[in-house]
Amino acid sequence: MNSSALIHAIIDGVLTGSVYALMATGLTLVFGVMDIINLAQGILVILGAYLSYTLSVHFGVDLFVGLIFTIPTLFVVGVVIERLFVARLKGPERTAMSILVTYAISLVIEGILNEVYSINQVQLQAWYVNRSFLIFGIYLPYIYLLGFILAAVLLGSLYFMLYRTRFGASIRASLSDQTAAALVGIDTKRVATICFGIGVAVTAAGGMIYGATNAFNASTSYDLISRLLTIIVLGGMGSLGGALVAGILMVMIGDVVAVVWSPIWSSMSFFVVLVIVLSLRPQGLFGKQSARVA
Amino acid sequence: MKKYGNLWRSLGVTSVAASTLLMMANSSGAVSKSHALAPIKIGISLSLSGDFSADGVAFDQGYKLWAADVNAHGGLLGHQVQLDVVSDASSPTQVVTNYQKLITNDHVALTFGPFSSLLSLPAAKIDARYGYAMIEGAGGAPSVFQAGLTNLFDVSLPVKDSLLPFAQWISALPAGKRPTTAAYVTTNDAFTEPQIPVAQNIMQKAGIKTAYYSVFPSETTDYTPIADAVAAAKAQVVVLGSVDVPTVSSFMQAFEQAHYTPKVFIATGGPDQGTTFAKAVGIKNADGMMVPNAWYGGATTPGSAAMVAEYVKKYGGTPATISADVAEAYSVGQIAAQAVKATGGFNNAKIVKYLHSGVTLTSVQGPVKFDSLGENNQATAFTFQWQGANFVQINPVSSKASKPVLMPKPAWGK
Repeated sequence: MNSSALIHAIIDGVLTGSVYALMATGLTLVFGVMDIINLAQGILVILGAYLSYTLSVHFGVDLFVGLIFTIPTLFVVGVVIERLFVARLKGPERTAMSILVTYAISLVIEGILNEVYSINQVQLQAWYVNRSFLIFGIYLPYIYLLGFILAAVLLGSLYFMLYRTRFGASIRASLSDQTAAALVGIDTKRVATICFGIGVAVTAAGGMIYGATNAFNASTSYDLISRLLTIIVLGGMGSLGGALVAGILMVMIGDVVAVVWSPIWSSMSFFVVLVIVLSLRPQGLFGKQSARVA
Repeated sequence: MKKYGNLWRSLGVTSVAASTLLMMANSSGAVSKSHALAPIKIGISLSLSGDFSADGVAFDQGYKLWAADVNAHGGLLGHQVQLDVVSDASSPTQVVTNYQKLITNDHVALTFGPFSSLLSLPAAKIDARYGYAMIEGAGGAPSVFQAGLTNLFDVSLPVKDSLLPFAQWISALPAGKRPTTAAYVTTNDAFTEPQIPVAQNIMQKAGIKTAYYSVFPSETTDYTPIADAVAAAKAQVVVLGSVDVPTVSSFMQAFEQAHYTPKVFIATGGPDQGTTFAKAVGIKNADGMMVPNAWYGGATTPGSAAMVAEYVKKYGGTPATISADVAEAYSVGQIAAQAVKATGGFNNAKIVKYLHSGVTLTSVQGPVKFDSLGENNQATAFTFQWQGANFVQINPVSSKASKPVLMPKPAWGK
């Protein structure tokens, strides 16, 4: 192992981890505001990847330009799912029921994608997907850098919306205490619908980057959702900052261990970290235990 | 009015008579149908979703092609074949449930194997419990045969021998042409791991030094640090133990990003996936990629060309884009059909005994003869290579069907 490989692994971890963080942000936002665990997030990422694939292959639209279409489309998909299925979940078993309902939605979307696109794996192609540039003796892939920039811009926009707008204040109020938010006149149902839409919309960007760096089919969603859930558990359920840190940590720990020690331990090492963190902080790195007790 | 009344009465009588005749005709048809032999069910669990879904679907196509062929020629001993296919989502636990259901609930007459060694072994154990033969086409890992099952028969090439012709070919190259370093990297899978040491031993004896060796877990999704380490080793040959397209495409992508093109790049699984592979990596990048296997679309083995023609007619594409999984599944059906014919029925005990008798059978993959462990010791290993848009056989070099090897591998995207 040389220092160059270690630096490379750290950079890869940060760049790739940020994209995972973006995908997980949608999941944690929805949980924070609605107490809904959206197991369909993984397949929605793949849906985002397939939408980019369709625009790229059949209409010649650049992957990044295509986001102008795919992000609003997935926002609408999210709103429709929330209105038709999630909003109907009531009562104390709401969170548990949401797991079943969103899993069912996930299976339906998976079936449709298999029918439409077949089970064969595809990968998004563009001039910047396989190319890299040399910087300080390290080849940095364009797609990782562009993915990182995209994730940073979207996460920054999300942060701005949450902390610098009136609507963001409504979301934060709902995140903190839904009953109190409703009492002060916030339309928590509307906030929930839009949050779900935003949570799904980010999968368009995450899916595009994921599809450009991995071959995928609808079944890929199972691996994705398990990783996204792991990220939000480590970061703290409902914490946006936690999702960012945990996403980067997850990939970076694995990459560094693969280089320093052995690839065989790369996945396990992250879970060792997860167990240690949860034994010390059961609510995750940035989770608020009191918020979930209510 | 009476005139019309008579007319209506006549029409009524005629209708009743016609209806009676029709009913008689129908009932006689029913009687004759009841004398026809009932269809027989063959139970199969396939990975129609999950990690092995691409292979599972190809297996499904192979089984269906075989069933259509058999039925078009009168069925098995006069019984039309019905395939009872259930999905296991690539799960070793689900495959156990599936075969139990197929045998105890669906009462299938025969069972065919699922995809992969990982699933074939638990499936064969269930079959053994109920006295069924497990004829399969994708469970060739040593761990499968080491289980000591007497009902298991793998019609395909034993996994451990897959890289033999490749390793022998590269070791036999003249000293000036022979690569001097090799990197071996494999996922920890029962299919891939046994292949690598066999190739490494042969190549090391020929003076090809090991520049890198690593095993990575099958759940790995970020291959970049591993691929970067391989690239940093600057090995001239890369032997990748992979089971699917995403793994190979990720390594290829990372190599390109690292501006590293090995002279020779062989992957144990992925490049054999026809269109799926070519679409995922791009046809230009596929150029020069090698894969070991026992069959390809241009194979001249008996029945292969007909199967390929039927496949292309039914599913489209070209012979080069047909997955070897199709032939593996088709071969399972062929071997089962020969055993049924030879034993004169669907008695699984007799079929097991027959398949262990040392008889040599035929399949689109070539001759099949089982040893006491159920391995096909007649299978021949080949190496195939993508050359432009064509997927061609390149060794054994002694084979007339082998084309010259494209070496060094063209640079990525060229």
